[in-house]
Amino acid sequence: MKKLLIALATLIPSLVFAAGPTVPLDEAKVDLHDKASLQRGAQLFMNYCLGCHSLEYARYNRMFEDLGIPEEVGQKNLQFTGDKAGDLITNNMSPEKAGAWFGNPPPDLTNVARVRGPDWIYTYLRSFYRDDSRPFGVNNSVFPNVGMPHVLQELQGLPEKTYEERRIDGEMQKVYVGLKTDGKGRLTESEYDQAMLDLTSFLVYMGEPMKLEQRRMGWFVFGFLLVFTILAWLLKKEFWKDLK
Amino acid sequence: MANKFVEWIDARIPMTKTWNIHLAQYPAPKNFNFWYLFGVLAMLVLVNQILTGVWLTMNYVPSAEGAFASVEYIMRDVEYGWLLRYMHSTGASAFFIVVYLHMFRGMLYGSYQKPRELLWLFGMFIFLVLMAEAFMGYLLPWGQMSYWGAQVIISLFGAIPVIGDDLTLWIRGDYVISGATLNRFFALHVIALPLVLVILVFLHIIALHEVGSNNPDGVPIKKPKGSVPDEEKPKFKFHERFTKKYDIVDAIPFYPYYIVKDLVGIGIFLFLFCYVIFFMPEMGGFFLEPPNFEPANPLKTPEHIAPVWYFTPFYAILRAVPDKLFGVILMFASIVLLALLPWLDRGRVRSIRYRSVLHKLNLAVFSVSFLVLGYLGTQPATPTATVFAQIFTFLYFAFFVLLFFYSKREKTKPVPERVTS
Repeated sequence: MKKLLIALATLIPSLVFAAGPTVPLDEAKVDLHDKASLQRGAQLFMNYCLGCHSLEYARYNRMFEDLGIPEEVGQKNLQFTGDKAGDLITNNMSPEKAGAWFGNPPPDLTNVARVRGPDWIYTYLRSFYRDDSRPFGVNNSVFPNVGMPHVLQELQGLPEKTYEERRIDGEMQKVYVGLKTDGKGRLTESEYDQAMLDLTSFLVYMGEPMKLEQRRMGWFVFGFLLVFTILAWLLKKEFWKDLK
Repeated sequence: MANKFVEWIDARIPMTKTWNIHLAQYPAPKNFNFWYLFGVLAMLVLVNQILTGVWLTMNYVPSAEGAFASVEYIMRDVEYGWLLRYMHSTGASAFFIVVYLHMFRGMLYGSYQKPRELLWLFGMFIFLVLMAEAFMGYLLPWGQMSYWGAQVIISLFGAIPVIGDDLTLWIRGDYVISGATLNRFFALHVIALPLVLVILVFLHIIALHEVGSNNPDGVPIKKPKGSVPDEEKPKFKFHERFTKKYDIVDAIPFYPYYIVKDLVGIGIFLFLFCYVIFFMPEMGGFFLEPPNFEPANPLKTPEHIAPVWYFTPFYAILRAVPDKLFGVILMFASIVLLALLPWLDRGRVRSIRYRSVLHKLNLAVFSVSFLVLGYLGTQPATPTATVFAQIFTFLYFAFFVLLFFYSKREKTKPVPERVTS
């Protein structure tokens, strides 16, 4: 039976995939109503991410408006590429060269929250650790062998994988307990977590900038449908009286 | 004034006559239940798809370079573009939900049986065209799943001996899926197939109104002329087209009675539909798959390619078979057998209400198999999943084989003379 199963599994027309390494993801408590958080996230993005990652389907002025930033303030403090407020949020990195530098060109991040989900981003940003075997000296436990350096190292410091000696079945064994930063960053651990939540929230907003408007409109539509359905039901009752 | 206008029109085209034959004086059985709603809902969704589709086309760019960005442009820069897009993407899934329920209704109450074979066949053609329409539409956003899903499905035709490779080349218009494929799929999706779909829906309704609607009891409401005493006839006026040859019993005019009843059903349906549009447009990754928010990349295969949920039962059947060609044959057979139901079911009793326990059980196993296969089709094909897919594929086909054999001498319950209310 086992042999049969193995044979079948290998014969199945392609499309058999091993699940990638799964790390338990931390929950990102994103609140799209928290404009201050989104603004901080935008600031982080424009300063640390935009050099390599574009948001090429989104426009500056739309973002300013949605995040409650006056256009002049936004253009002065957050717009480092393009000169019109209506420009798309792009950068000047050439994909060919970037491919040579990093292995793959850094992906556009406009929709990354829709592809990966907020929890993944939030955990990923907090999962870089020192790995001297990698070209940039860092690795990531959520995205093993990622081609990206730890850009936020000046904020977080450089975490290392830490282990603890534990007695298991009567033998001392090294057990992985998590990442611990070297403390050389500008932010404390909880400040860094908050900053990454801000950045995650900003990317969630980027994925669906219409989300809040959409929900608001949804309630109006429900209100209309409630009235419509009740009227239709009364109409039906009135007409069907004939049939009794 | 209004009267004169109607007269003027009626002298030139049969407006009032058509209205009467198909709505105001069309005899519909009085005992329609919940299951009879899905035909109207399918029409509603069709209209939704056509209207939102027209407006999406105004900003969509059908080219490999521009498609993905133009969809994002619609989502972000076009006024209420996101609403149009979500109405269209949710509508695609809603279409299949109501059509599957509509087909299941036909199976429950034997609506495919004589004299409604052609009506059923038109329905099956609608289903086929709908699948082609949905498949081609899914390529248009030019995301990763669009690209790789199309790649997998088109490659199926390559399993056909001798002509397979040339056929896939002919479908794609290129050696891989490319802008050429996208452009032809766009043309078919927005013009050719919708046109065919609308014509088929028209024929479906014409066929329905020729033979008359079935009902949950499966009992005809047309009785031999002169066999029904006047006091038992309904008090409504039906068009002479229906009353010339038959006495009609237990019927009510479609307009206004079923129109107002359907309005309530439409209201409830729209609650569910709008909930998805406004609060969870991805429907947990089933209506819009997460990898599809990444632009198509011919050099990067996604970890797990799964078609959209409405194809997964058939996809699971395909994957259940180790041999590709046999898998493709079995997948198409699973649809062809549905189309052949009027001839596979040799019973005389239509409704499940009066059929044997064996038939009820058989239909229940079939429905469960369809659902389980649908689930398995969304999952990676692990060895265990494959064994399950094989078991349920077997049960899916067993339904038709068993039906063919027991239906001729089935132990049915006595069927009432008239519909029960």
